[in-house]
Amino acid sequence: MKPNADDHWLARPATIKMLWRVFAVVLGLTVIAQLVVGIKGYFGVDGWFAFGAVFGFLSCLAMVLVAKGLGFILKRDEDYYDKGEGPDV
Amino acid sequence: MFEFIPPALYLLAGALMIGLTRGMVRTAVLFIAPLLTLWAVWQVPDGVVFDLAFLDYRIEPLEGSPVRRLFATIFAIMVLIGGLYAFRQAKWHELAAAYAYAAGAIGVSFAGDLISLFLFWELMALFSTVVVWCGGTPAARAAGIRYAIMHLLGGVILKVGIEGVVVHTGSIDVQPMLAHNFDTWMILIGILINTAAPPVSAWLADSYPESSPTGSVFLSAFTTKTAVLALILLFPGESVLIGIGLFMVMYGIIYALLENNIRRILAYSIVNQVGFMVCAIGIGTQMAINGAAAHAFAHIIYKALLFMSAGTVVYRTGLNRCTEVGGLFRTMPLTAICGIIGALAISGFPLTSGFTTKTMISQAAANEALVFVYFMLAAASAGVFLHAGIKFPWFVFFQKDSGLRPKDAPWNMGLAMVVFAGLCILLGVAPELLYRFLPYPVDYEAYTSGKVLFYLQLLLFSGLAFFMLLPLMKRTETISLDTDWIWRVALLRIANAIATGLAALGSRLSTITRSTMSRLQTVAIRHFSTGDGKEAPGVMARTWLIGGTALWIAALLTFYILVYYL
Repeated sequence: MKPNADDHWLARPATIKMLWRVFAVVLGLTVIAQLVVGIKGYFGVDGWFAFGAVFGFLSCLAMVLVAKGLGFILKRDEDYYDKGEGPDV
Repeated sequence: MFEFIPPALYLLAGALMIGLTRGMVRTAVLFIAPLLTLWAVWQVPDGVVFDLAFLDYRIEPLEGSPVRRLFATIFAIMVLIGGLYAFRQAKWHELAAAYAYAAGAIGVSFAGDLISLFLFWELMALFSTVVVWCGGTPAARAAGIRYAIMHLLGGVILKVGIEGVVVHTGSIDVQPMLAHNFDTWMILIGILINTAAPPVSAWLADSYPESSPTGSVFLSAFTTKTAVLALILLFPGESVLIGIGLFMVMYGIIYALLENNIRRILAYSIVNQVGFMVCAIGIGTQMAINGAAAHAFAHIIYKALLFMSAGTVVYRTGLNRCTEVGGLFRTMPLTAICGIIGALAISGFPLTSGFTTKTMISQAAANEALVFVYFMLAAASAGVFLHAGIKFPWFVFFQKDSGLRPKDAPWNMGLAMVVFAGLCILLGVAPELLYRFLPYPVDYEAYTSGKVLFYLQLLLFSGLAFFMLLPLMKRTETISLDTDWIWRVALLRIANAIATGLAALGSRLSTITRSTMSRLQTVAIRHFSTGDGKEAPGVMARTWLIGGTALWIAALLTFYILVYYL
């Protein structure tokens, strides 16, 4: 079967664009809601405005970058262990 | 002696019956055995139910307590729904091994003394190895052998510790202790090997993804979670566990981010999730232990659900890699939706079981003013959403269209997934159902508006990070090295180098021996050869005249006499 980009409504560029907009609105709402609801942090700093958003984003950025960096050292071909000298057990 | 049949025996008998029966009867056994076990689990009262004489010890194979029953309950539910998922697709010997493996897990749950705990521990090691082997490929065979070596080694370390404790304290009871001497450290290390703690975390991601699509569902549940229970029973509040747990949490995220194999991503996220529990046990307060137990309960459900979803994809497509699949939501909507529910639950999204259990652990850290631990756990929650919550469904069911149009799950696999997906949501919206079975009274409100908002911000912005950083996370057809490189490559190379060195030394020695021998031979020929009449005979082989000889003897004797008189 041939891959077809327009076969499903979820895969259409227009839908994806709309999903991005909805996502952006939801993201905005979760931050703005803090003005109304208020987050009582445990340690002060985690009660700051949009702390969860910034902390979540930055920790993900850090983890992806660390993984990327480690990948240069750790990544090997899939058959790395199979082409070793001797039986791999 | 047996006024009460231990729940594990029902399941063990079931495992045996699976081998002896066929067709409808076997199917009946597959469902009745876990149901009977579940019933029996709830008949176990608190305290030691009976003891037996074993050598010079009174062993207590059956001891009840709330936390023991809680773990045994989820193990029994897991066997039941796992059996439903697998019974039409898995080979009978895989099912029998999985049931015996689960019987070991339930046996450990109720073991009142270290000796019976060890016996059931080894039962698990044996039969889980068989489940890995049921993958049926040469890779599964090799991974199973590595898995068995690791777990038998762990068993030996645990046994050394148990012997030490028994000899030095005289008590074989399963009771809280701290790792303060050699014996208790050995027990702790033996248990930690089963939680896939560093530095041997690699065994988990090495073996589970090699098993069959149904086998990995069973494997995901028992070994690591019995180890969590053992830690709750033996080492609550052992502070070294906090650091180990945090390391496991981060290890799981980083390796899962690097991984391409679908089920290996999920395997790394087991290490990550068990890290949360290990860390909680290290904190050791009532809130933390409740959190660890609740999280283990919820985790078994959503992790099995994720492995079921991944297993269905592997079963239908025969493909294991993110780079090979994609776009499967078109023809596998049920599998995709159940996978997404499992992914949301593991990420701790509000209204799922992950939220109502994992936040208890964070609360426990906050209550103890462990600032660093609290923020690491928060960062890890974001990271879980990144590596399992979005990455798994995105690469498997969405991303590019692979062109694959496999059928959705067979009815039994689909039903099993629906049941577990339902439980993920049920425990998310009605956490009291679980809270009242926790070991300590629960004084915790899962849903406060501020907390929900904090986690929504945290998780949704992690989602944003995922899609913004997608170019950095392009899948590559690679594996990632781990500490098992040391024994799979480095030690092998050293052994090979030693063997080569010895061989070279041997051939060198034999060359020297040969040349020395031939030189000696030449010398011998020169001195002793008779010459065969062609050449002059050697000096020792010549014929001497009698007169000359007599003269020489006379001279020697004269010399002797002279020396004597001087």
